[in-house]
Amino acid sequence: MTQISRRTILAGAAAAAASSSLSPAFAMDPLKIGFVYVSPIGDAGWTYQHDLGRKAIEAEFGDKIKTAYVESVPEGPDAERVIRQFAAGGTKLIFATSFGYMNPTIKIAKTFPQTSFCHCSGYKRSANVSTYLARFYEGRYLAGIAAGKATKSNVMGYVAAFPIPEVVRGINAFTRGARSVNPDVQVRVIWISSWYDPGKEREAAETLISQGADVVTQHTDSTAVVQTAEDRGVFAVGYHSDMSKYGPKAHLTASTHNWNGYYVDKVKEMLETGKVASGDTWGGFGKGMVELAPFGPGVDDETRKMIAAKQADIAAGKLHPFAGPVTDNEGKVRVPEGQSMSDGDLLGNNFYVEGVAGKLPS
Amino acid sequence: MDGLDSAVAIIVGAIRAGTPLVFAALGELITEKSGVLNLGVEGMMLIGAVVGFIATVTTGSVFLGIVAAVIAGMLTSLIFGFLTLSLLTNQVATGLALTIFGVGLSAFLGIRYVGTPISGLKPVEIPFLSDIPVLGPLLFGHDLLIYFSFVLFAAVAWFLYKSRGGLVLRAVGESHDAAHALGYSVIGIRYLAVMFGGACAGLSGAYLSLVYTPQWAENMTAGRGWIALALVVFATWRPGRAMLGAYLFGGITIMGLHIQALGFEVSSHLVATLPYIATIVVLALISRDATKIRLNAPASLGKPFHPAA
Repeated sequence: MTQISRRTILAGAAAAAASSSLSPAFAMDPLKIGFVYVSPIGDAGWTYQHDLGRKAIEAEFGDKIKTAYVESVPEGPDAERVIRQFAAGGTKLIFATSFGYMNPTIKIAKTFPQTSFCHCSGYKRSANVSTYLARFYEGRYLAGIAAGKATKSNVMGYVAAFPIPEVVRGINAFTRGARSVNPDVQVRVIWISSWYDPGKEREAAETLISQGADVVTQHTDSTAVVQTAEDRGVFAVGYHSDMSKYGPKAHLTASTHNWNGYYVDKVKEMLETGKVASGDTWGGFGKGMVELAPFGPGVDDETRKMIAAKQADIAAGKLHPFAGPVTDNEGKVRVPEGQSMSDGDLLGNNFYVEGVAGKLPS
Repeated sequence: MDGLDSAVAIIVGAIRAGTPLVFAALGELITEKSGVLNLGVEGMMLIGAVVGFIATVTTGSVFLGIVAAVIAGMLTSLIFGFLTLSLLTNQVATGLALTIFGVGLSAFLGIRYVGTPISGLKPVEIPFLSDIPVLGPLLFGHDLLIYFSFVLFAAVAWFLYKSRGGLVLRAVGESHDAAHALGYSVIGIRYLAVMFGGACAGLSGAYLSLVYTPQWAENMTAGRGWIALALVVFATWRPGRAMLGAYLFGGITIMGLHIQALGFEVSSHLVATLPYIATIVVLALISRDATKIRLNAPASLGKPFHPAA
């Protein structure tokens, strides 16, 4: 079932027609930039944050560039078709913003060597394919501190999609943040086997709350968990976007990501050199790619100050959320004191840290 | 927290999770009993969900939102009815198209409403009664639509098996030619059955967008329409079994979440598939009598009817 928005296709076609008919009149055509989104833009969430980045480059470069996007592109053959359509239509810089676009991007990049591709969250690169991702775990760690200070029951709930390293890392960072201020905290995890199912996300949150969790958070794509927390009078930590309007009282903060800087950099590079040099970008607070949403009423002044100080330390590289000793939840020391978890180990994170209940599904 | 409280939480959660399935399945059951297979349940649910949400935001009344959702579901089903009953298009293809249409149209209509917070329908609190341990939350703490789903179930069961109208409906579903020969308006009755199915699907969508998760998000039904369709078949077109299946499905989903949250060692993939497996197994076991399946299945299901043919 394809859900490519007709509106954007039409807009894209109109833009293409307009630029081709105008091209003889202008010496410099605007640089065409394409974005491929996995979900609808909506008003919160993963794709929404990327679209803010698209708007940021439009504001920054004005008529020097022309952006287009296709939303709700399923991973797989549809993605290949959309990316190919962009490249064949003269789009010189393409941002593919979902993990599952990795193989199609690599494949199409071979056929279009003059086009630069940036793929978010993948690990395959080539001469004209770069990768980029944000260190979400840094935000999770600080959000965990806010949660650890707010909890009374010392039980927290985490609604998670699939047990992949990216999600596990977030759970671990959140837990370590919470336990850095409250060593009695226990985090309970429910895997709902879906990135997006508001009904099931709500059921999972209700379950965690009924088992005593008084702070809940999620690594899924809807706002249902924050809303449930508001209804049930407990706290919540949002993800992707500021979700405070779904839970004005419940929302402590949210770990959000900001792609504006990265997109502006890459477009600038493209305009100056005609291509994006292949490489990987994995930025956190230091690069402004991770941010915390404004604090809610459940976070006291002292905690706000403390989190601000730790955020500065993380940005400066003085504090690492996975600084040793890192112990897993079976008591085994994974990273000795004095060292920090390497990027490679972080990317392959496959164990729960101390404080997470249960066993990681394999 | 003790085991009893957990059990109560699971049962209450099961009823809440099962209710949208109950609505959609009861509606589809009546539609199919008249001999029409409408695969557009998911699409009608989405349209009901979005229209109900928009109406609630616009009027400020959840009640009007629910009414609007029911009407929207009914109107959507009329498109299907017109195509399949009056123009004799293929029911399977038309139903699938209706789902695709519903997904797209609901996303389009709802684009400005994504992220609009509403307060939704709250559970009714009956003084004293809701505070009784165990029985209170089980019987008295639900929202009004859940109580309505009980009423609807009783009405559907009574109508199908105890009323003359139900007999006519089933006759039309069994053999439209015979019903036609007896002078019943096959097309008219099927229109009514399709509209009832649409109204129920709209209500089911409204339950999701106004009660269960009071918000509008694209594609928020997440496949529940298809589950309701499957429930009708596995329940061998019996309302009681469809309702049991819906609660079973909801209950095992919720139980899986509780088991995970307690930290038991279970595969999350298994937990995710268990509701499907368990519901199919249980319903297949209670309806394993092949003769009875044949008796319950509407013999004219999916077959087009033309009076002159």
